Amino acid sequence: MSETFDAIVIGAGPSGNACAYVLAKSGLNVLQIERGEYSGSKNVQGAILYADALERIIPDFREEAPLERHIVEQRMWILDDKAHVGGHYRSDAFNEEKPNRYTIIRAQFDKWFNRKVREAGALVVCETTVTELIKDGKGKVIGVRTDREEGEVYADVVVMADGVNALVGSRSGLKPEVKPETVALAVKEMHFLPQDVIESRFNIGEEEGVVIEVAGSVTVGMVGTAFLYTNKESIAIGIGCLVSDFTEAQVRPAFLLEKFKNHPSIKPLLAGSEVKEYAAHLIPEGGLPAVPQLFGDGWMIVGDAAQFVNAVHREGSNLAMTSGRLAAETIIEAKKAGKPMTAQVLSAYKKALENSFVIKDLHKYRRLPKVLHHNKHFFTDYPRLLSQAAETMLRVDGEDKRSKEKKVTKSFRSTRSLGGLIGDMFNLARAFR
Amino acid sequence: MNIVVCIKQVPDSAQIRVHPVTNTIMRQGVPTIINPYDLFSLEAALQLRDQVGGKVIVLTMGPPMAEDALRKAMGIGADKAVLLTDRFFAGSDTLATSYALSMAISKIAETEGPIDMVFCGKQTIDGDTAQVGPGIACRLGLNQLTYITSIESLDAAKREITVQRRAEGGVQVLKTALPVMVTMLEGSNVVRRGSMPNVLRAAREPITILNAAKAGIEDLTRCGLKGSPTVVKKVFAPKPRADKAKLVETANRSHTDIANDAVEAIFAAAPKLHTDLLGRVAQA
Amino acid sequence: MSDKAAPAAAAAGGNRAGMKKELPEHFKAYKHVWVFIEMERGVVHPVSWELLGEGRKLADKLGVELAGALLAGPGEATAAAVKDCFEYGADLVYLMEDPILADYRNQTYAASLTDLVNTHKPEILLLGATNLGRDLAGTVATTLATGLTADCTELAIDHEGSLAATRPTFGGTLLCTIHTLNFRPQMATVRPRVMAMPERQEGRQGRVVPHKLALEESSIITKILDFIADANIEKAQLAYADIVVAGGMGLGRAENFKLVQDLAAVLGAEYGCSRPVVQKGWMPAERQIGQTGKTIRPRLYIAAGISGAIQHRVGVEGSDIILAINTDPNATIFEFAHMGIVGDALQILPALTEAFRRRLAVNRLAG
Repeated sequence: MSETFDAIVIGAGPSGNACAYVLAKSGLNVLQIERGEYSGSKNVQGAILYADALERIIPDFREEAPLERHIVEQRMWILDDKAHVGGHYRSDAFNEEKPNRYTIIRAQFDKWFNRKVREAGALVVCETTVTELIKDGKGKVIGVRTDREEGEVYADVVVMADGVNALVGSRSGLKPEVKPETVALAVKEMHFLPQDVIESRFNIGEEEGVVIEVAGSVTVGMVGTAFLYTNKESIAIGIGCLVSDFTEAQVRPAFLLEKFKNHPSIKPLLAGSEVKEYAAHLIPEGGLPAVPQLFGDGWMIVGDAAQFVNAVHREGSNLAMTSGRLAAETIIEAKKAGKPMTAQVLSAYKKALENSFVIKDLHKYRRLPKVLHHNKHFFTDYPRLLSQAAETMLRVDGEDKRSKEKKVTKSFRSTRSLGGLIGDMFNLARAFR
Repeated sequence: MNIVVCIKQVPDSAQIRVHPVTNTIMRQGVPTIINPYDLFSLEAALQLRDQVGGKVIVLTMGPPMAEDALRKAMGIGADKAVLLTDRFFAGSDTLATSYALSMAISKIAETEGPIDMVFCGKQTIDGDTAQVGPGIACRLGLNQLTYITSIESLDAAKREITVQRRAEGGVQVLKTALPVMVTMLEGSNVVRRGSMPNVLRAAREPITILNAAKAGIEDLTRCGLKGSPTVVKKVFAPKPRADKAKLVETANRSHTDIANDAVEAIFAAAPKLHTDLLGRVAQA
Repeated sequence: MSDKAAPAAAAAGGNRAGMKKELPEHFKAYKHVWVFIEMERGVVHPVSWELLGEGRKLADKLGVELAGALLAGPGEATAAAVKDCFEYGADLVYLMEDPILADYRNQTYAASLTDLVNTHKPEILLLGATNLGRDLAGTVATTLATGLTADCTELAIDHEGSLAATRPTFGGTLLCTIHTLNFRPQMATVRPRVMAMPERQEGRQGRVVPHKLALEESSIITKILDFIADANIEKAQLAYADIVVAGGMGLGRAENFKLVQDLAAVLGAEYGCSRPVVQKGWMPAERQIGQTGKTIRPRLYIAAGISGAIQHRVGVEGSDIILAINTDPNATIFEFAHMGIVGDALQILPALTEAFRRRLAVNRLAG
C-alpha cells in the first residue's frame, strides 16, 4: 500500500531544492527526502550565491531570500609564507539593482529555499535516509527504500541529489564510489565581527561584500585553496585540499586552517573576532573526468553527486541549481509528451547540460585536476617566486632595476629551469584552454 | 479515547549564543526542536492510544513556525494537530499560557468529543517552570499526575488509571479517575520513530489553526502580557567575579609538582578541611 | 467547563499586569512571608529549612513575620517538625493536621493550602522546587490566579517592597529578575541547596495557628495504593556532600571518568558530572550537577574538563572552594573558580589523587 509519486528527489541541498521546486511548480506530484533534520542541516559552503542560476528558478528571490552581502570586490591572492601577491577587481557596477553574487549563510538560505519548495506543493520529509533504490525485474528504477518502517515509496523517476558522497547511487551500483583524489576536504569557521568593523576593515558599505580567494603555500604543498568571505556580521574563512593529499601528507585540516588564520596577511582581517562555529565538508574536485553516468532508466543525478563543481572558479552551487532545474525540465517535458522515463527519454537532460555552461565549463577545465595534481610546485615554488619577485622589484634599496630584473629571472630559472618554466606554462595553458 | 498532547517548540538551547556586543540572545539560525520532555509524554500518549484505541491530538501555542514542531509530532505518530497562534498571546507567562491552552482544549473537545487525557511535558528547557501542566489541570478540573514513571494500567470502561509517580525516596502508586492531566518523567519510555506513512501524512495533513477568537477566548486581558501576573523586570549577564581563579603555576613543571601545589593551596585556604579529612581517613 | 480562577483575575485592578506596581486595594491587606514546610512520611525536606533561612531575611527586610505552613498527618513527627520550624526561624506555624493529609496528594494539599492562603493572606509564599513542591505550586498559583516564579537562585525585596525573584533564563545563558507586582501572594519556588542552611536556634519558640479544612476522603478521587521505597540506598548524596569531584566533556571518553571516581574515593567525596555527560549516557542523571541537576554547596569542589557554562555555574557557586582544571585558559569556569590549573585533566586528576593520598597518609603515619 505504498504511494507512487511522479518524482522522488533525494536530498534537500541546492540541487535537490531547485529540482523539487521546478517539478512541484509545474504541478507534478513530488516527494523530497532529506536525511538531515532540516534542509541545510547537512550542508556546508563558503558561501556564495550565484544570482543568475537562482533567478532562472525563482525570479524574485531577492524579495524574500536571506542574503548577507552582495559582492562588489574580488581579491585573488597567492600566499607565500609571509607575504601575498595578487590581484583585485572592484567595481561599482556590481552595485546594481539585481546584484550578481551574494554571500549567504547556507543553513538559513536552504531553509528558506526549502520553504518555497513546500509552498510550491512538494511533500518534504526530513530525518529520513534513503538506503537504496528499488528496481524492477528489468533494472529500471521504480522507487526508493528508506530507513523508516514501511519505508518504500515509488515514483516514475528518482533524482539523486544526495551530495558529494552520492551514497545512494554508488550503493545501487549506478556510479562508482567517490575516489579520494576527486574530492577535497574543506574546513571552515564563522567568525563573528560587528557590522561596522567589517565595513571599515574591508572598505565596504552596508550590504556590500568582499570575496578573497587564496592559493599558495597555505596548503603546504597540497593541492587546494582557501577563502575568506564577508557576511553581514561575520566572516567565513576556510581552507581545503584533496583528500588523497591530506592522507599522503598526514596533515590535519584543522592545523591547516590555524596556519591560514595566522598568516600575516590574514590575521589582521580577523582581529577581534569571535569564533562562532566550525564545520567541515567534502567538495567534488574531479572535474569532467570524474562525472559519472548521469541518467538511466528511471533515474538521474544532479549537483555534487554528479561532481558538478568548477574547481578553478570555485563554483558549485550554481551548477547544482542549474543541473537540478534542467533535470526537472527534462522530466516535465517527458510527462507532457506522455513519454516513459527511460534512459532514452532522459538523455535529453545530458544534452541540456552540454548546451549549458555546466558541461561547457567542466569541459574547458577537464585537464586541470590532473595538471595540478602532478605539478604541486604550483602551490609551493610559484608562490614563493612570485612573492620574492614582487618584493625585489618593490623594495627601493639602491640596486638598479636591471639588476633586480636579472635577479628575478635567475630565481625563476634556477628553481624551475627554463624547460620547467616552459612546461609549466604549456600545461597551464592547456588546462585552461 | 481522546488524548491531547501539549508540546512546545523551543530553541535548541545547547546552541544558543550571546551576542558578544549587545549581550542579547542570538536566536537567528539556532535550530528549533520539540521540547525534549514533551516527547516522553507524546510517546506515552501514543502507547495508550495503540492499546485502547482513540486519537492523539497535538496542540501547541506559538508563532506560525511552531507548525514545524506539530508536523514533527505527527511524523512520530500523532493523528491530528492544532496550532494556537495569535499576536495577543505574545509575552504570556505560565498563567496566561495555561489559560489559552485550556480554552483551546475545550474548543477541540467541541469537535472531537470529550477529552479523556491531557499530556504535557514535565517542563520546558527554555522556561523550566513545570507550571503549565498543573495550570491546565486546575482550570479544566483534570486529576493531576506529574512526574509519572510508568502507566501501570488504563481501564477504559471503568475510566480509571493507575500510575507510578516519582516522589522523594521512592515511588507512589496512585489510582485516579479520568479525565487526567499527566506529565511523564524523562527516560520513562523510548520515543518511537515514525513510519514512512506517518511522515508522509505529517507532511500533508492540514493543521487546524486557532487564533484567540476561534479558541473561544473573549476576554483578551487574560492573554499575553496583560494576562501575566509575573513581569520580567530585567535580563542581565551574570556579573563576572572581581578576581578570577588563582592559577597554579604550570609552565615546565611536572604534574606531580602542580598537584602538590594545588593540594597545599587548598589546605592553606581551608585548614579545618585538612583536619577533618585526616580524621576521616584515620577512621577509614 | 468554567474557569474557577475567573473571579479573582477580574477583581485584580483592571486586569492590567503592567510594569508598574499598582497593587489593588484588596491585596494591600496581604502581609507576612510564608514558607511551605514540605513533610512526607515523617521527614521534613531540608529545603524547607533553607527557605525559612531565606524567608527570615525577606521578612526582616519587610518588617513582617515569618510563618511556616505545615500540612501533615497527626503524630509525633508533626509535633517535632513544628518545633524545628521555630528553631529554624519561623515566628509562627500554620498547622493543618489531618489524616487525609498524611500522604501527599495534589487535590488535598492544593485545596488545603489554597484555603489557608485565602484565610490568612500572606504577601509572599515560598515552596521548595521538589517534585512535590512543583506539583503543588502550579495548582495553587493557578487557583489563586497569581504569579509564580520557578527555580529562583536569588530572592530579595526591592525598594517598593515587592519580591524580586532572580533565575536563569534562555537555557541558562542569562539571568532575569521577575516580579509579581499586582497580585498576591507572590509565589516562588527554590531548588534544594540553592539557599544556605540557616543556623538552628535551640529552644527558640513561636505560636501555632491551627487550621482546618473539612475534606471527605470519599470526595478525593486520587487514591494512594502503595509506596515503593527506593531499594538502592547507594544513590548519590551529592546535594549534601561536603566534597565533590566532577568531570565534564573535556575528559573525552566515558572510561576516563574512572579518574574522577578515584580522586573522589581518596577524599571520601561524592562524584558527579555536567549535563552533556548525562545526555551522552556516560553517567546516570542523578550524578548531574547544575541548574537542572543537583545544586551543591560543598566545602571543596573540583571540576575537571568542565567549561563552566552558567547552567553549571548556578549549581556550584555556593561551594567554599572551587578548583577548576581545564586545558583552555579562557574557559568560563576560571571566571568563578577560586583556584585553577590550566592543564590536561587526564594527567592532573591522577596526580591530585596521588598528592592527596600522600598528604593524608603521611600525616596518619606521623599521628
